[in-house]
Amino acid sequence: MSSRQTDVQDIVDRKYEHGFITDIETDTVPPGLDEDVIRLISAKKNEPQFMLDWRLKAFRHWQTLEEPDWAKLNIDPIDYQAISYFSAPKNKDDAPKSLDEVDPKLLETYDKLGIPLHERARLAGVAVDAVFDSVSVATTFKAKLADAGVIFCSFSEAVLDHPELIEKYLGTVVPQRDNFFAALNSAVFTDGSFVFIPKGVRCPMELSTYFRINAANTGQFERTLIVAEEGSHVSYLEGCTAPQRDENQLHAAVVELVAETDAEIKYSTVQNWYPGDEEGRGGIYNFVTKRGDCRGARSKISWTQVEAGSAITWKYPSCILRGDDSVGEFYSVAVTNNFQQADTGTKMVHIGKNTTSTIISKGISAGQAQNAYRGLVKVFPTADNARNYTQCDSLLMGNRCGAHTFPYMEIKNPNAIVEHEATTSKIADDQLFYCRQRGISEEDAVNMIVNGFCKEVFRELPMEFAVEAQNLMNVSLEGAVG
Amino acid sequence: MLIEIDNLHVSVEGAEIIKGLNLNIGPGEVHAIMGPNGSGKSTLAQTIAGHGDYEVTNGSIRFNGTDLLDMEADERARAGVFLSFQYPVEIPGVSNVYLLKAALNARRKAAGEPEIDAVEFMRFIREKASLMELDQQFLSRGVNEGFSGGEKKRNEIFQMAVLEPTFAVLDETDSGLDIDALKVVANGVNQQRSADRSFLLITHYQRLLDYVQPDFVHVLANGRIIRSGDKSLALELEENGYDDVLAAANG
Repeated sequence: MSSRQTDVQDIVDRKYEHGFITDIETDTVPPGLDEDVIRLISAKKNEPQFMLDWRLKAFRHWQTLEEPDWAKLNIDPIDYQAISYFSAPKNKDDAPKSLDEVDPKLLETYDKLGIPLHERARLAGVAVDAVFDSVSVATTFKAKLADAGVIFCSFSEAVLDHPELIEKYLGTVVPQRDNFFAALNSAVFTDGSFVFIPKGVRCPMELSTYFRINAANTGQFERTLIVAEEGSHVSYLEGCTAPQRDENQLHAAVVELVAETDAEIKYSTVQNWYPGDEEGRGGIYNFVTKRGDCRGARSKISWTQVEAGSAITWKYPSCILRGDDSVGEFYSVAVTNNFQQADTGTKMVHIGKNTTSTIISKGISAGQAQNAYRGLVKVFPTADNARNYTQCDSLLMGNRCGAHTFPYMEIKNPNAIVEHEATTSKIADDQLFYCRQRGISEEDAVNMIVNGFCKEVFRELPMEFAVEAQNLMNVSLEGAVG
Repeated sequence: MLIEIDNLHVSVEGAEIIKGLNLNIGPGEVHAIMGPNGSGKSTLAQTIAGHGDYEVTNGSIRFNGTDLLDMEADERARAGVFLSFQYPVEIPGVSNVYLLKAALNARRKAAGEPEIDAVEFMRFIREKASLMELDQQFLSRGVNEGFSGGEKKRNEIFQMAVLEPTFAVLDETDSGLDIDALKVVANGVNQQRSADRSFLLITHYQRLLDYVQPDFVHVLANGRIIRSGDKSLALELEENGYDDVLAAANG
């Protein structure tokens, strides 16, 4: 018991080792964006010069760009000068002291999702040093990773502790100039995660943002970089099925993955940001650039995503299949209800020989929601024997929602084999009646049919996550039929 | 009486299909309803099961003394009413085991019993599956997904064996079956006959009744039962067709 208490104390103390955290708790930069704001962010974080230069380069380019409008989305205009680009984490005194102070409705949702008790406090924003269980778990976790030589820390820590790695890899997959939101992120990102798996190491456990102590309040312009050296292997879990409290409306994250020869990265996301109310007011704009670079031969990158939240989701986790025999996978469930909109899919870019990619996309629309799959399969002349299999299925609930599929193919090599299958179906009254005739309530029947529809994607998720994801579907579609 | 159907009138999309049907079924009895196409056989089955497209405009159905028409489809099922579908639907990605466990537990919950233990459940359904000569692999496949016509019908009877209803309606379970499959299905039904389980067999042909001997046979025509008798009536129909019976009823 005493050693556990010491661990807890260590963590709590360590949190304050990095001076910038204590510093920033007292101030917030006023709304608006110019070079001074970027200099201020960088200074607050004690960043080395290269990092500031990198940010400024991104900002100067961003100023020349126009916000894109090609997606099938209705977006209210965003005033970039009205956003505060550096808001300090909420004062701990404002945070609830215990679960008793948390909105009972939120707790009810946690219950439905089957979220373990010790996680609920953290998710509800209860001051972290009150959550002893998860802190001690995190401590043993960190020790185990360090033994294996794995680096897993916040992006800010990585910039200070491993600047050579950041300088080497940052922006090599998603350059600063890549697109409007990536450029904005590159200029103003505040935090995120950094993972480095050294040569030949198989990461001894699933890495989850849940275990990263500094994870709270990094949401708005998150930056994640994962590097898997030759022959290494890592599975990374982002997000959480529980609805998370967040004050920021615009989220523009960037995720970069680098897989060297024979390395494998599995990246799973469950996104459940606030979707807005039933009339479509409010909700998060989730505009994300995610890309993986299969740099080495026989490398593999696999994206699995369950997108259930946000008012607008706009993202295409992609794979650049550069290494010969490299493999890219994309498994996606996007569910939209009420007035939610999603335009999501992937890009598979085949450059190396014998590269293969698989795309399984499941879109579910209910209420008046719009759900679009947009995907690109691009085969370069160099990509002999490239193979792609794409399957896009849409499920409609009710008749006021929409499902759209935009598959793009650019095939420049005659040896390539590219397959595309697409289906659209409604939850049939016949299916519902069949289940009900067996004694299953209408609500349970809808859940069963939807989860059956998503099965190929859910089975790609880590076990305990898959169960939560199923429950998440049920909660997201509550009342969608009948 | 287990089932009392009194002066039942049913419309589908405004057209009256069943026009004053009366039928009583006692505990443990097996009744067969025969009749030409379009006579209202399947409408009767769907109405008993509670399909929303079938509107009861008059009359009543009582089940164990309670008003069946007042219950939702899933409530009826949990109370012990089972329908073997003429066209079982496919539910991709949902395994047979999963559906059955959910169905069984829904019934147990309604009866105030605890959920069935997972190990006990698997033992129970394996036993029932072998009764229907179903491969164990069958259990983990998606509900009716890619099943042949015969497999779908066997699956219906298998589900009936698992759910152990007090009243089962078999809607043309024999149609589309070859003779071997028919024997398996009939054998499954016969094994489930008991003093506290009643059956309503809806069929176009006498063939099924060679294997499942009914206590009563009724002829349905134009929405009414025009003649009732014992199993010899089925043989008579087989021999002479429906025309004589229909003519007699009209004359």
